[in-house]
Amino acid sequence: MSAARRADACVIACAEIYRGNGEILANPTVGTIPYIGARLARATFEPDLVITDGEAMLVTNDQAVGANNGHANVVEGWLPFRLTFDVVWAGRRHVVMGASQVGRNGDTNISSIGPFEKPSAQLLGPRGAPGNTVNHLTSYWVPNHSLRVFVEKVDFVSGVGPASAARLGGKPAAYNDIRFVISDLCMIDFKGESACARLVAVHPGVTVDEVRERTGFPLQGGQSITTTREPTPAEMSLIEQLDPSGLRYREVSA
Amino acid sequence: MADKRTTEAEIVAELKDGMTIGFGGWGARRKPMSVVRAILRSPIKDLTVVSWGGPDVGLLCAAGKVRKLVYAFVSLDSIPLEPHFRLARQSGSVEAMELDEGMFYWGLYAAGLRLPFMPNRAGLGSDVMRVNPGLKTVRSPYLDGEELVAVPALNLDVAFVHMNRADVRGNGQFLGPDPYFDELFLMAAKRRFMTCERIVRTEDFSREGSFHTLKINRMLVDGVVAAPNGAHFTSCAPDYPRDEAFLGHYAASAGSPQAWSDFRRIYLDVEEADYQRLVARR
Repeated sequence: MSAARRADACVIACAEIYRGNGEILANPTVGTIPYIGARLARATFEPDLVITDGEAMLVTNDQAVGANNGHANVVEGWLPFRLTFDVVWAGRRHVVMGASQVGRNGDTNISSIGPFEKPSAQLLGPRGAPGNTVNHLTSYWVPNHSLRVFVEKVDFVSGVGPASAARLGGKPAAYNDIRFVISDLCMIDFKGESACARLVAVHPGVTVDEVRERTGFPLQGGQSITTTREPTPAEMSLIEQLDPSGLRYREVSA
Repeated sequence: MADKRTTEAEIVAELKDGMTIGFGGWGARRKPMSVVRAILRSPIKDLTVVSWGGPDVGLLCAAGKVRKLVYAFVSLDSIPLEPHFRLARQSGSVEAMELDEGMFYWGLYAAGLRLPFMPNRAGLGSDVMRVNPGLKTVRSPYLDGEELVAVPALNLDVAFVHMNRADVRGNGQFLGPDPYFDELFLMAAKRRFMTCERIVRTEDFSREGSFHTLKINRMLVDGVVAAPNGAHFTSCAPDYPRDEAFLGHYAASAGSPQAWSDFRRIYLDVEEADYQRLVARR
């Protein structure tokens, strides 16, 4: 078995976010590492997680990343896009989305950069981010931690952060639950002062200074900052099964 | 018994400048592309396009057919960002109504049910409310008094969907993993058209798939078009997958005005039959 690298710690972080979630839809929507992380969590400490094939089927077996073959899936249910909203609005989901910008207050942006009428960069559009973030657990995966991504204030709020949700009050505030931003460097949450970004853990081999240098706002977190745990040998063997060709190392190469 | 068979040309002849039109499918999946291509060949302009956006949106933008877009995302799936859509937005040439996906769904559904709006939580606290100042909220009339977004009905003049199978009366069958929201587009529109891979006899639907796949009933459809490979280059599972090579070629055509003009001349300024011959030869 090969030695664990940074990408493997990222997989662990992307699995740990589901700890205690129980029987809900674990739904990574972007990235190789979140794909592996959700399946690793289900194969180990969260056996009741519900996982899709990336399209409309709920599948119980875990195919290797990149080799998804519809015919080999063990299908336990059907969840086409329209029915996904039944799950979202009932709150039984933990989504992992991408973010082109993450603000200090936990607002995120996948819509556009610059003025909305004539953006300097048009991205995807808000997708389901506004609804997801006021309905159920949300985490983010950022494989390229940089000053461009982690900004004081996002250009377009597509994902609602905890401070913005708190201002709404009521149900949106109660249902908003931004768990973690996992980047290629670290884990961040928004449980700091004023519900602002706090550094929870750095991945093995990463320094706190490095994270701070590549973050466009001051990160809270001092003595409490830990190091993301390395995979156990059993976990490492599962990770190898889920990603035998090492696609995760293309996403995080360190 | 009504025989609703028609052609893309006849449908497009009904369209008028400034109409609001909706396209079924999702991203680069099961899009009524033969209709998109027919619109590109027509003089129609100033359209408001409502779509789970894919290359339908990109092509119509690139050809200057669009005044306004209503969308929650525009993506080519395997290429996440739609390059022609990006160019249109970044040049400020199209107006945009960006909605959360759930809002988009609810807006179509409201239109189909002849309601003025549907309440939901999505949008609150996000910039969807800032960039769409026309969006209003409503307060629950019950004891909870919760404030919700009143998602306005997305009423369509015309809707287009592409199905795997259909009969001449306008019943439609999807055979892939997901029906998407196609019936909602049809419900939301005054005029409703369905293209399909193959027209079959009604009694043969059951040979193609279980009754659960009969998602579109004939009350929702005014015209049916046989359009084999009509969703190309988007996917139409299980009949064919997305044509990734062609999709890449299409995306590259956003690289320069020359690349677009070449792409347009070769693949779009031709009749559908010629397009199909060209892509079959690739």
